[in-house]
Amino acid sequence: MDTENKAHPLVEILHLVKSYTRGDQEVPVLQDITLNIERGDFIALMGPSGSGKSTLLNLIAGIDKPTGGSLLIDGEDITKLSEGDLADWRASNIGFIFQFYNLMPVLNAFENVELPLLLTNLSKAERRERVELTLGLVGLSDRMDHYPNELSGGQQQRVAIARAIVTDPTILVCDEPTGDLDKQSASDVLEMLKKLNSEMGKTIIMVTHDGHAAEAAKRMVHLEKGELIDG
Amino acid sequence: MYFFKLIFKNIFRAKLRAALTLLALVIAVLAFGFLQTVVGAFYAGSSGASASRMVTRNAISLASSMPIYYRERIRSVDGIKAVTISNWFGGIYKDRSNFFPQFAVDHTNFFDLYPDFILPPAQLLAFQRDRQGAVVGRKLAEQYGWKLGDTVPIQGTIYPGTWQFHIQGIFDGKEEATATRQFYFHYDFINEELKKKAPRRADQVGIFIVDVNDPSRVADVAKALDAEFKNSLAETLTESEKAFQLGFIAQSETIVDAIRAVSFVVIVIIMAIVANTMAMTARERLSEYATLKALGFSPWFVAMLVFGETMMLCVIGAAIGILFTFPLAAGVAKSPAGAFFPIFKVSQDTVVLQIACALVVGIIAAIAPAIRSARVKIVDGLRHIG
Repeated sequence: MDTENKAHPLVEILHLVKSYTRGDQEVPVLQDITLNIERGDFIALMGPSGSGKSTLLNLIAGIDKPTGGSLLIDGEDITKLSEGDLADWRASNIGFIFQFYNLMPVLNAFENVELPLLLTNLSKAERRERVELTLGLVGLSDRMDHYPNELSGGQQQRVAIARAIVTDPTILVCDEPTGDLDKQSASDVLEMLKKLNSEMGKTIIMVTHDGHAAEAAKRMVHLEKGELIDG
Repeated sequence: MYFFKLIFKNIFRAKLRAALTLLALVIAVLAFGFLQTVVGAFYAGSSGASASRMVTRNAISLASSMPIYYRERIRSVDGIKAVTISNWFGGIYKDRSNFFPQFAVDHTNFFDLYPDFILPPAQLLAFQRDRQGAVVGRKLAEQYGWKLGDTVPIQGTIYPGTWQFHIQGIFDGKEEATATRQFYFHYDFINEELKKKAPRRADQVGIFIVDVNDPSRVADVAKALDAEFKNSLAETLTESEKAFQLGFIAQSETIVDAIRAVSFVVIVIIMAIVANTMAMTARERLSEYATLKALGFSPWFVAMLVFGETMMLCVIGAAIGILFTFPLAAGVAKSPAGAFFPIFKVSQDTVVLQIACALVVGIIAAIAPAIRSARVKIVDGLRHIG
């Protein structure tokens, strides 16, 4: 980590506003959110349904655009990036973990993990090496040829985690990563996330309803009716 | 490579849907190719017409005849090399369904004017020497299993009675497109019988086939020939062999146009089917396309996935459809229906049209789903349940 990186938080959210237009009515979703997330942090975004936590996660991940305010990631205001630049930025900075895994059903575990690497300049051999290493990290070296429908929910989520970290992104965004899992699998996934945070220094932002899952995080941030309650 | 792998795997994801869409595509391409072959078969005769041959007929209509003595007067017109005669016989061999064209011709010189028919000299001589002799095309002989020396009875319709013919020759076509389904016999054989039974109908000719010295002078010679019979009992109309044959097609032009129109309607229908399939497929996969975009893949990549899948589906369907068109056309050519056409063969142009239609179907069917998939907002797509 260099001096410049230490000078500012990894995520700087300033007076962020997001609203949707329904008919001629404007529906506010996030109101004047100001939040900093430090490098190496692991935060849990919590709140009831409709509180705006997933919307905030989407904005940080660069898959949605705010209505107002600024959102700096590593010093770069991503709200000002074009769609194309934002896609490139996501490819190199964000790792996604979804509630329902969102794996490609026609690709096996190896191919699913390899997918984000196709956007890099790595050779086929380098990609293979990196995919094998990553699948080994999540304990699925023996399931590389398996298709998603041949894997349990927990295993699928581990493939999704491998896909999220294979490009070595700065931030991991997790939307209810344990929401579709049984207790044991959920616990395994949370352990894995904790390990990625503590051992590999990944900054993790996780949306969850589950208080037990939130305990895995270093910090909890509560949202209610689009406003930050604490943080 | 990865891209094509993904496309290929996606095609056969919903196996039943893919199979049914492919089946529809195969049938459409096959039907299109077949109907185009039918249209082509109508014109096949005219494409094989000689540039130096002309046909002289009664100016009133083809059904009206001309006196046989016209032959000598035609021969005297400047620029004419040879003249022969041909009469439509229109008989029935065993059953009405056994249709093939039969002509009463001048046995002395008819084959001299048709170098497109390859007939061994010995067989030609045997034909010329036998008053009941007949020469048949190879395909016709094969269809009915006729051999040299066989006697073939034909029931006359225009010329009453049962006529017995001896197969003295079997000719082949010089070119592949040369028709070899005709049955030729002596005009004299029919004419002499008519002289006995119906003298008023004797010495009449349906058409004169005229060979000119210089093919570039066909129009002038035709004009001079028709002028020769101006104000006579039976005025003549002379035209090039090609124009004569196209005139036949013109009589059935509405049918040909209808066949052509139906062939394109088939393509429009399949376009709607493929577009619907791809729209359904793309809608079901919105969540996957959104995931790809979230991972950093461009909207262009997503559009190309949909586009590629549609095109690959169409290419596979077209390839199978084209492959089946050949045996289908060959089967029809051998059937009694094939006797209506001099040749019934899938042309290179038809195959090119089949490929072009399949590509156009793919492109048009893919446009809407590809645009929709590329434009899907990531947050909306991720919420989508396929």
